Formats: sequence, structure tokens, C-alpha cells
Amino acid sequence: MPVPCKAGCGKNAMLKRPKTGDTLCKECFFEAFETEIHFTIIKAELFNRGDSVAIAASGGKDSTVLAHVLKTLNQRYDYGLNLMLLSIDEGITGYRDDSLETVKQNRDDYEMNLKILSYKDLYGWTMDEIVAQIGRKNNCTFCGVFRRQALDRGAAMLNVKCIATGHNADDIAETGSEGTIPRVKPLKYTYEKEIVMYAHYKKLVYFSTECVFAPNAYRGHARALLKDLEKIRPTCIMDIIYSGETMAVKEEVSLPTQRICTRCKFVSSQEVCKACVLLEGLNKGLPKLGIGKSSKAKKMLEEYNANQNNMKTVISNINDDCKKNNCVSRGKVCRSNRNTTNYVEKEKNEDKCCSSTQEKTKDSVATSSSKINTLLQDYGISENGCVDDKITLNGESSENHNFEVDLHNEDTSLIEENDACVGACGKMDSLQIGF
Amino acid sequence: MENSLNIHIHFGGGAELLFDKIKKHVVELPAARKYFPDTDIEKWRIKELLQWIKDNLLKERPELFLQGDSVRPGILVLINDADWELFGELEYELQNNDEITFISTLHGG
Ligand SMILES: [Zn+2]
Ligand SMILES: [Zn+2]
Ligand SMILES: [Zn+2]
Repeated sequence: MPVPCKAGCGKNAMLKRPKTGDTLCKECFFEAFETEIHFTIIKAELFNRGDSVAIAASGGKDSTVLAHVLKTLNQRYDYGLNLMLLSIDEGITGYRDDSLETVKQNRDDYEMNLKILSYKDLYGWTMDEIVAQIGRKNNCTFCGVFRRQALDRGAAMLNVKCIATGHNADDIAETGSEGTIPRVKPLKYTYEKEIVMYAHYKKLVYFSTECVFAPNAYRGHARALLKDLEKIRPTCIMDIIYSGETMAVKEEVSLPTQRICTRCKFVSSQEVCKACVLLEGLNKGLPKLGIGKSSKAKKMLEEYNANQNNMKTVISNINDDCKKNNCVSRGKVCRSNRNTTNYVEKEKNEDKCCSSTQEKTKDSVATSSSKINTLLQDYGISENGCVDDKITLNGESSENHNFEVDLHNEDTSLIEENDACVGACGKMDSLQIGF
Repeated sequence: MENSLNIHIHFGGGAELLFDKIKKHVVELPAARKYFPDTDIEKWRIKELLQWIKDNLLKERPELFLQGDSVRPGILVLINDADWELFGELEYELQNNDEITFISTLHGG
């Protein structure tokens, strides 16, 4: 009992659209899918003729479909855009090998220039080095913040007008608006299901794991929740987007003028941008600065400042010890004896000697290369992980430092997240969602 | 007829990571009455296939693939390359040589 294509072309339908419930054949689906993205672009005037546009390319399904569709539409409707691909190499052993290959495939398939920027170039730290410092738990804060700014820096280098990202309707509903940077999201009204079906039917090659380090529990959480909601009320996601956009306009009016980060000279809403705060923490050996609760970060900074004078002595002591023990950890100061000085936060389960620190590093790299673990972690919806790994952009700033610190209040943002869904779909309490 | 069924099972979009990274499986399903002896199940539907996959292909963390007696939200199901929503989803009755595809939408940006 095949279902006919609703467009009346005489073929059998191949899918049911989540938005409209329309049943379409492949060809009619392609046309509807592409035309809707065209309308999104035209209606919101996302581009101007002659613009250079960098497509943020991860090798994943969204950016692959975005590159394919923009290429198609640019030709079909003669947008006159100069499209190029921009990729970030975080410096995660084994992780980008495959996805950068996929991006190179995009480059060849769509005949676009490709610029790959590495974290090492931009920040002086690879993600592997960051993980060696802070462990696996919180590094998605670094991923997210560093990645956002890496795209800006890359866009500046390529001299493009804007960055097109592959955020789709589901993503935008999950993470809220991204902030101040000139980004365009041509897929913002496009459902994930259709993106995946489009890629499948067009046989587009994409790479299907996220960040190796990403427990991403917070995001997975919201995502699973939305997927459940979508089953009950398919327009839920769209409602959230529309309400999100309305709010965004309101916010813009009351926002203070954009600033320039005093350290790196890039756009920031704070005196010192989030990336620089994180870097400050890394370089000072307080890697969790800017991640955890404000009270903890304050304490860390106070302790840090109080110990600043002692520090040189301590470091030179450690250096001496290290020389004696022939102990060098990645060309940096050996940190193995720090616990004894007790000025780094107590929770830190730093190992007692350098050799074991290095073992730990190796170990985490080995674990990270296992993609099944990645998947399990990505999927894993653990209530505990959720709170710790949360990333928010609208942190509160705290006083009494030589620079403003963008701190998160996890509890607040957790509530905000729930509110978003309750407010937008009003279906929360009637649902039984097992986390 | 109590014949067995040959079914092609494909995994994609990251779902294959739950199945030893193998994307294409060809399986032979025994007669439904034999596989579910203490029930009145006589036919293989998608619902029964999911149970079979859970028993035979999915070694760990079934909750990442299944939820209740269906697939986890975010996993697309295609029956002979067409959206299962066109064919009654869990109720679709398998035919010999059907190709059932599971694609995760949860990964990659
Ligand atoms: Zn048609
Ligand atoms: Zn990450
Ligand atoms: Zn900065």
C-alpha cells in the first residue's frame, strides 16, 4: 500500500515531513527542502550580492548539507556569493583526521577554498594539552568558547562578510542564541530529520561523531527532551525558535555596545573575552577558572593572588626537584608537587608524581580514540554530568579581580533551560520523560 | 507458512557504533512463532525486529538505541529506503528481503 506523493507527480512518497506532515517523493522533497532554505535566505536577507561567505565546516551532517545546499542555491538563483569553507582543528589526536578528510572531500566536491585553523596557532594550546591540564570533564567549555572565537579569527583572516553555520531548528532550540557575532544560519528552520534524510538520499558523505571529549550531557539532555516533545507536538521546536527570536530582538535593544577584548582585540561582551579568561587560567595553572561556580573561582583567584609571591619560590623549588628527578612534563613546569603547597583547589586529584601524570595523559588519549566510548558518552544522559558540563554564555561577572571574569551560575542556567521548554511548549508537566 | 525471513539491516549516522561499527547486516529471522514461543505473535513486524536486534545484535547499552518498545527518539527508521512513518512504523509487517535502515540524527554538526 504505497502512499502517493502529495505534490501530484505520480511517484510514491518516500518520507513524511515533520513540519507539515506532507508525504513526498525524493525529488519533490529535494525541491521543497532547497526552496525553503532559499526563502529563509531571501526573506531575512542573509546575504548581499558579492559577499564572501565562510561556511563553518566540521565534516558533520549539518555543515555538509549546508555547503551542498548553498552551492546549489548560489548557482540556481545566482546569489553572486563567494563561498568558502572554514574548519577548526582543535588538536585532538585522532579526532580530526577523519572529519578533516571529510571537509577536504567537501572542498573537492563543492569546489570551494578551504582554510583550516589550528588551536595551537590561535591559542598556543592544543585540546590534547588542555585535557592534560584539566582532565576530560570540563573541556567542552574550552571547545565551545575557543571554537566560537576561532571562527571569528578565521573569518577575519579570510576577509569574509559573515560566517554561515549549520545550526538547524533542533540545535537552535537547544542552545539558545549565540550572541554578538555576525553569523547566519540558513538551516535555522530546517528539522534535523530532513537534513539527515536529505544527506541520505543525496548520498552526501559526512562524519558522524561529535567531539571526542564531549560528554555533552547538557546538550544531549535538552536534545533528548526535545525529541520526545517533537513526537507529541511537532511544532514545539519551531515555537521555541520563534519565541527565541522575539526575545533576541528585545535583548539587542537593551544590550550595552559591543566591546573589544582588551587582550586579543576581538569582539567581546566583556572587557576580557571568555577565551582570554580561559587562557589566563590555563597559563596561570588554574585551568578551571571560568568554568565552575563563581564562589569556587573567586576562592581560587584569591588563593592564587595570595600565593603569587610564594609561587616563584615554589616553582623554583619544584624546578629544582624536577631537575633532580629528571622530570619534565610536556616542556612545562612539573606540577606534581603542587598539592603539598595546597594553593590549587583541593578537589584536584593531581597525581603524586610526574610519571603517573603522564600515564594519565596517555590513558585519556587512548580512551578518547575509542569512538564507541564517544558515542556512549554523547548519548549518556546523566543528571550529574549535566550540571557539571553545562556551558552558558550569559555568566555573571564578579568584582575584585584585575579583569572581569565571565562566570557561570549553573543552577540559574539549569532553571532557565527548563523554563525555555515549559514556556514554549507548555507540555512539560504532562510528559513523563525519564532521564 | 512457517518460513524464515531474510532481512537486510543497515545502520548509519553513528548508530553503527553500537553494532561493532558494522553498517550492513544480513540476518535470517526464524519463524516468529518459534522465536516467540510463549506468545501469540505470528508475524515479524518492526516491533518484533527491534526485540530481535536487542537480543542478537545489540550487545550493550540498549537504551542508546531503544526506548520502550520503539527506537530512541532521534533515530530514523527507513523501510526499503522510505520513511517508516509512511508504513505504520512499529506495526509494519516485514517481507522477505526487506531492507531496514536505522540512521542516528544525534551526531555531528
Ligand atoms: Zn513527487
Ligand atoms: Zn568538546
Ligand atoms: Zn580576548
